[in-house]
Amino acid sequence: MRNKIPRVPVREQDPAVRAKNFAEVSFGYNQEEAMLEASRCLGCKKPSCVTFCPVNIQIPQFIAALEAGNFKEAAGIIAQDSSLPAVCGRVCPQESQCEGSCILGVKGEAVAIGKLERFVADWSRENSVKFTDKAPSNGVKVAIVGSGPAGLACATDLAKMGYDVTIFEVLHEAGGVLQYGIPEFRLPKESVVKYEIDNVKALGVKIETNIVVGRTVTIDSLMDEEGFKAVFIGSGAGLPKFMGIPGENLNGVLSANEFLTRNNLMRAYDPSYDTPIYVGKRVAVVGGGNVAMDAARTALRLGAEVTVVYRRTEKELPARIEEVHHAKQEGIVFRMLTNPTEVLGNDKGWVKGLRCIKMELGDPDESGRRSPVPIPDSHFDIEADVMIMSLGTSPNPLIASTTPGLQTNKWNGLVASEDGATTRSGVFAGGDAVTGAATVILAMGAGRKAAAAIHKYLSPSN
Amino acid sequence: MYKILSKRFLTPIICLMEVEAPRMAHSAKPGQFLIVRAHDKGERIPLTVCDYDSARGTVTIVTQVVGASSRQICHLQEGESFTDFVGPLGRPSEFIHMTDSELKNKRFLFIAGGLGTAPVYPQVKYFHSKGAKIDVIIGAKNKDMIILEEEMRAVCDNLYICTDDGSAGRKGLVTDTLKELLDGVNAGNVNGGIKYNQAVAIGPMIMMKFVTLAAKPYGIPLIVSLNTLMVDGTGMCGACRVSIGGKTKFACVDGPEFDAYQVDFEEAMRRQMMYKSIEAEADHKCRIGLDKD
Repeated sequence: MRNKIPRVPVREQDPAVRAKNFAEVSFGYNQEEAMLEASRCLGCKKPSCVTFCPVNIQIPQFIAALEAGNFKEAAGIIAQDSSLPAVCGRVCPQESQCEGSCILGVKGEAVAIGKLERFVADWSRENSVKFTDKAPSNGVKVAIVGSGPAGLACATDLAKMGYDVTIFEVLHEAGGVLQYGIPEFRLPKESVVKYEIDNVKALGVKIETNIVVGRTVTIDSLMDEEGFKAVFIGSGAGLPKFMGIPGENLNGVLSANEFLTRNNLMRAYDPSYDTPIYVGKRVAVVGGGNVAMDAARTALRLGAEVTVVYRRTEKELPARIEEVHHAKQEGIVFRMLTNPTEVLGNDKGWVKGLRCIKMELGDPDESGRRSPVPIPDSHFDIEADVMIMSLGTSPNPLIASTTPGLQTNKWNGLVASEDGATTRSGVFAGGDAVTGAATVILAMGAGRKAAAAIHKYLSPSN
Repeated sequence: MYKILSKRFLTPIICLMEVEAPRMAHSAKPGQFLIVRAHDKGERIPLTVCDYDSARGTVTIVTQVVGASSRQICHLQEGESFTDFVGPLGRPSEFIHMTDSELKNKRFLFIAGGLGTAPVYPQVKYFHSKGAKIDVIIGAKNKDMIILEEEMRAVCDNLYICTDDGSAGRKGLVTDTLKELLDGVNAGNVNGGIKYNQAVAIGPMIMMKFVTLAAKPYGIPLIVSLNTLMVDGTGMCGACRVSIGGKTKFACVDGPEFDAYQVDFEEAMRRQMMYKSIEAEADHKCRIGLDKD
């Protein structure tokens, strides 16, 4: 019945070329490719892809519209559930969500749902198609802390329901991790991030940058003095973790957050900006997540030789397979089963290398992954001028510490129920601020759930 | 937003600006800092809050031209606006938690080095308004580098000035004056022999280091405010890592004020220089255009 063709490959920049520029790696599908790929979807009656999508996009429906050439209709279907399709089509871990559950993936290859979503979103942008339908204004003010994926998703749904929504952002540009964390070559800032945030603003959402909630204003002052009836906290997980090994404060040791913020938010790669950045000749990136891949590939593009050091094996790398594949294509060296025990410095206090120990995999730990165990007397050194620590992040305690009655767990995450209700009445939370570092789309899902819960809280009669 | 309502040069290279920032003016407290961007491709520059006026909705900053970014800040004119102006950041000084009656009988000593006079001023003003006794030492390279002298004199009990070249006050370093004062207190011929409850030193990292070394034998509690490198200033980047009592802290969220005797100044000074060569290049690039006007 359906088109039994292999998954349509996506065109990409040549690895040797893209290793020297910050332009997007993937070109995405053109119209012909997208419609061809769409023709592979079986249109399941009980589509598990929708269940596995954290924001429950009506995937078979939008793909059917796309296959029929009704791009605007496809965009409208996606817009019901997501305000960031061009973002999600690029950075979602589809292989473990929608595509991971696609029935075609059992015997062959899943439908390229992410690439199709990206095509529809890019087409809408290129053709100035916008969806600004919303309920009449109800004049009820809701404050949102953080303009990252959780906050934007929550704001979108609330604005559509008629609420008067203001997002408070601490940095000078909106977008949170989309702005400071994910690099240009995976997620273009002007054409994709800014454009989709402008779409959220077109729904009437106000974004105030340069506001430190917990310092410039507090949750209490927003609710008691500024008339906000409910607050959603989507402040993310911004605090970088370090290893606690000797030499970590040497010059040239950076958190991935610092390195990426300098390059992404502060555009250090663009000589017209004043931001300083330093990569030296050799960069060692410690960690194996998507952020580690982003840092490694950024350092490579800035001209360094890059080695990724990870304590487990390639199989356990938490990064998306596609990112690891791209990194390898570009020439990044992976040293698996390797863990730094000390950062080595020169007489000027700069990094000159890493002392590492070889690891082997032992019994599974609580996460189910086999835990790495050091092999005695297996120390060896790796040369490096810069060392980038990408070991994960934890939520910033600032808001919890300045908001009476807001409880946190032992990882500094805000305590919140399934629908985002915190221990303070009228205050909701979601995304990394609750769960610790996760993904863009999970944060969006949490933002949507909280929006529904806030609506219920503010209109008890419904 | 962030409009410069008034601007004046305190010295040829130090400029004071009063900036419209009502939310920040309402929430700022002594000891905190803020971050500015002079233009949309500029760096995020941390500056201490020099003063704030909740009624007028203004925050006052003082900037010294040391590189490309600070030059850009000082080139902004009255009526122009900062692209970004965010804060207050960091923890307020511990003493804001003290009650008025606690403060009333206290005696404080402030040691201000150069531009450090700017953040010292609001603290001294605060103490003065609470009826505490305050002495201030201001140290600078020369007469032209001394700022806020008259303002400071109006809110402290004794003001001691010293310059490297002797062009104002006594010739010498702040540590010389500090030792003399503390010796005098111990001998009973300064301040009637009444010991200081607390000292606070704010200035260049190297000055704070030597003040700490000089003060230690006297057993006087000492606080310093660390002006480290920063990107976001909210705990996100970790560029501001400092070792305090052997533990890594972030100056932006755990500070900027710390117990001086716990600070690893050697590390702090080395880390502060991390991008120096790159900044020198940026400075060079920038000077050409800016020197024309």
